[in-house]
Amino acid sequence: MTDTNKTTRQVNVTAKTSVSVLFAGDSGDGMQLTGTQFANTVAVHGSELNTFPNFPSEIRAPAGTIAGVSGFQLQFSSKPVYTPGARFDVMVAMNSAALKANLKDLHRGGIIIAGTEGFDEKNLKLAGYPAGANPLEDGTLDNYIVFPVPVLQFTREALKESGLSSKEVDRCKNMFVLGLLYWLYTLPLEGTIETLHTKFQKNIQMAEANIKAMKAGYFFGDETELFANLGRFDIAPQKQHGTYRRVTGNEACAIALTAASKKAGLELFLGSYPITPATEILQTLAKKKKYGVKTFQAEDEIAGIVSSIGAAYGGALAATNTSGPGLALKTEALGLAVILEVPLVIINVQRGGPSTGLPTKPEQSDLFMAMYGRHGEAPMPVIAARSPVDCFYTTYEAARIAIEHMTPVICLSDGYLALSSEPWEVESPDNLAEIKPRFQPARKPEDPPYLPYKRDDRQVRSWAIPGTKGLEHRIGGLEKQNETGNVSHDPENHELMTKIRAEKIARIADSIPLQSIDNGPQKGDLLVLGWGSSYGAIKTAVEQALEEGYSVAHAHLRYIHPFPKNLGTILGNYKKVLIPEMNSGQLIHLIRDTFLIAPVGYSKVQGVPFNEMEILAKITDLIKEI
Amino acid sequence: MTDNDTTIIASPVRTAKDFASDQEAKWCPGCGDHAILQQLKNVMPELDVAPENVVIVSGIGCSSRLPYYMATYGVHGIHGRALPMATGLKVSRPELSVWVATGDGDALSIGGNHFIHTLRRNPDLNVVLFNNEIYGLTKGQYSPTSKIGLRTVTSPSGVIDQPFNTAALTIGSGGSFFARAFDRDGKYLRSILKRAALHRGTSLVEIYQNCPIFNNSAFEAFATPDNKADNTVYLEQGKPLVFGKEKNKGIRLDGFTPVVVDINKEGLSASDLWVHNEADINKASILARFADVREKSDEVLPRPFGIFYAEERVTYEDALTEQIREAQKNGIATLEELLKGESSYVIK
Repeated sequence: MTDTNKTTRQVNVTAKTSVSVLFAGDSGDGMQLTGTQFANTVAVHGSELNTFPNFPSEIRAPAGTIAGVSGFQLQFSSKPVYTPGARFDVMVAMNSAALKANLKDLHRGGIIIAGTEGFDEKNLKLAGYPAGANPLEDGTLDNYIVFPVPVLQFTREALKESGLSSKEVDRCKNMFVLGLLYWLYTLPLEGTIETLHTKFQKNIQMAEANIKAMKAGYFFGDETELFANLGRFDIAPQKQHGTYRRVTGNEACAIALTAASKKAGLELFLGSYPITPATEILQTLAKKKKYGVKTFQAEDEIAGIVSSIGAAYGGALAATNTSGPGLALKTEALGLAVILEVPLVIINVQRGGPSTGLPTKPEQSDLFMAMYGRHGEAPMPVIAARSPVDCFYTTYEAARIAIEHMTPVICLSDGYLALSSEPWEVESPDNLAEIKPRFQPARKPEDPPYLPYKRDDRQVRSWAIPGTKGLEHRIGGLEKQNETGNVSHDPENHELMTKIRAEKIARIADSIPLQSIDNGPQKGDLLVLGWGSSYGAIKTAVEQALEEGYSVAHAHLRYIHPFPKNLGTILGNYKKVLIPEMNSGQLIHLIRDTFLIAPVGYSKVQGVPFNEMEILAKITDLIKEI
Repeated sequence: MTDNDTTIIASPVRTAKDFASDQEAKWCPGCGDHAILQQLKNVMPELDVAPENVVIVSGIGCSSRLPYYMATYGVHGIHGRALPMATGLKVSRPELSVWVATGDGDALSIGGNHFIHTLRRNPDLNVVLFNNEIYGLTKGQYSPTSKIGLRTVTSPSGVIDQPFNTAALTIGSGGSFFARAFDRDGKYLRSILKRAALHRGTSLVEIYQNCPIFNNSAFEAFATPDNKADNTVYLEQGKPLVFGKEKNKGIRLDGFTPVVVDINKEGLSASDLWVHNEADINKASILARFADVREKSDEVLPRPFGIFYAEERVTYEDALTEQIREAQKNGIATLEELLKGESSYVIK
């Protein structure tokens, strides 16, 4: 055990409420691993936490360049946090490109821990600094607190007797930095030591080297005079006692589908095709075979959804996951699922578009496609997750609606939620809503004929699955006669069926919760209406605006189609409505169209999430106009 | 359960009529689809499968209307996508008997990608490919199996695309079963459909099907009694490849080259000829090329009918089920375990 409380000298420890840290380096520097380890440690320590990785779409972009910079940002705190931080307080920059790419988002006066070897002539040139310029030496960082640390040199010294190759030794430098950060934030090393032992189970030498490098970093902090003035920091744990786990949005989606299948007593089938940033859902579910989950990596996006429709027809909880370009390919099949009226969950993890667009960057620009992206009139429910943990509850709800209302449901996430993580208090199975599939029972020969498109009072048809005696029936993409489901080209019948399909979706509003106000007064000057991953930024901004005395409230939509029944009333309770969106304004169209009001839009289409400062500025500007 | 419930009830004797739906087939008079439908109904009672355990999946095109006419479960999907739909169903419900009705446009053009991938995965599906070498439902455009030179509304100067060779494509894609049959040879078709149904894995049955409206007589060379004997060879397991009106012609392998020989003239016996072995993928590959290869003498090789290739190989759904069984050997994991995860931590 490393006694992390023991210091060789007296160093001041300052209590802080929250800190945002960025680990940035070359994509080969192991920054994702470092950030993840740091996040695990603060989570287990009991901090509130929100993480966000930011990496290039290339696996190994040219080393040392801006394009190759990989970052992992996290905010941890003694109070609830909803974002990784609008700006960071501390930046670890393993090379000059990492510094250059991220400096604009570092708070003035923030801390920079720079790995000096990444600031040699070669690296400075690769990062695009003019000849002779070195930010660590030329005074351009005078507004920040800079700690140049020869990370590589110290790692090599610490591991000179490790017996590893020099390449292997150099690869441990991220652990040195991690150890240093643990020292700076008075955090324990034990969790990471345990992880390294597990990770390198078959290579004890490697495990020991990593641990040694980490300890070297920790003791460097302890021994050097470098941090004498700054001292150390302590972020007091805040979490209530309980059992927690840390999940990303994609993991949460996968867990939710599995949970819904268990709760509904159905087998889960996922037909999928790898696509960034949705792939982890398939990967996570491929590892859930002990829960009976069947995953099918199809030959393309179309086969992904169509195989799921086949499984749904057979009585499985069927799902498919994708991102924008994949959803575009699936649209014809979505129409088939609508007319077949089978349950299906489509998780669309949005990314920047059009076309290949920004594969690793989030955007909320698929809302129109989710709402309208089909030929003919093919309505289906659309719901959206707001946080990594909420990806669980929203996906679970998508499965419930799909099964109980016999319809495909689009569940929207995005690249930000997909990869961000936060702690989640382990949920009890009893707290999950019941999901009741309505299978049509077998029919005796003397019973009246089975009518596949006969509906209940919610306009929902029953699920008649193959293998059930007496229910043999044929359905398909051709328009069908009301009730019998036989092919019909009758004009009046087509209009009737079109109306019925729309009404079925509209009536889902009867079974979903009413919209609530997340924060702020029930009536007032301004309502900020959001959807999706902007939740954290809006939440934080509104909290702050309320503290400053503004009359502002926050409502966040999960149900976008159909809208909750009371949404119109809520919108009428404020003088103005602000709708921030990571697109050019899509929800605002739906709101205007449905409620005939004139909200104010606020767009950001940069492939990066909103931050709380931008939203706060917009709120204060708008309220001043009132 | 009472004693009475355990009485073994003999499975009911079913007839083709039990598999006929109440819908009237809406294909053109004289269309080969009627004959194929009839044989599918005929073969069902021979398979000892209850109608509720049969699902027929189709894509789009004339052939894909077939599910509506069978009193089984049926799904008429979207163009080209019958195979992935059937795969999803079969993977999810391995106990069902899943059939696919598709055509040359549906399976080989818009659904070409699914075709090759389904064959290599080998789910236990019975695929009935109606090949009429034309697009019928859209009124007469050339298809990926139309012959070079065929004049259609979209190839007024004649088709210039090399057609697909369905047999070669199937075998090349790793298919485990390929057979060819003819719409108007009902009894033979039925026997092939039965073998396809009994084969575990993806069975691909290509049926030459006449479209009397847009591509009439495309298969005339193999149809009339006059032509048929000299232009076709019927494959029988363990039997030499013999054909001709007088049963006087045979196929001999000259190295890798099939050669037509006159048995009587050359004083050959059956043992000198190619003996059919449906387990031999190399011979199956050569058979598949009979449609393309011409002899030095310019004499056209006869078109083979029957089972070219049948390989017993693990099915996709069996392999997946086995992986799940292995993962569950210590019991099926619970919802509690799922929610707790493998890296939870306690804050005291």
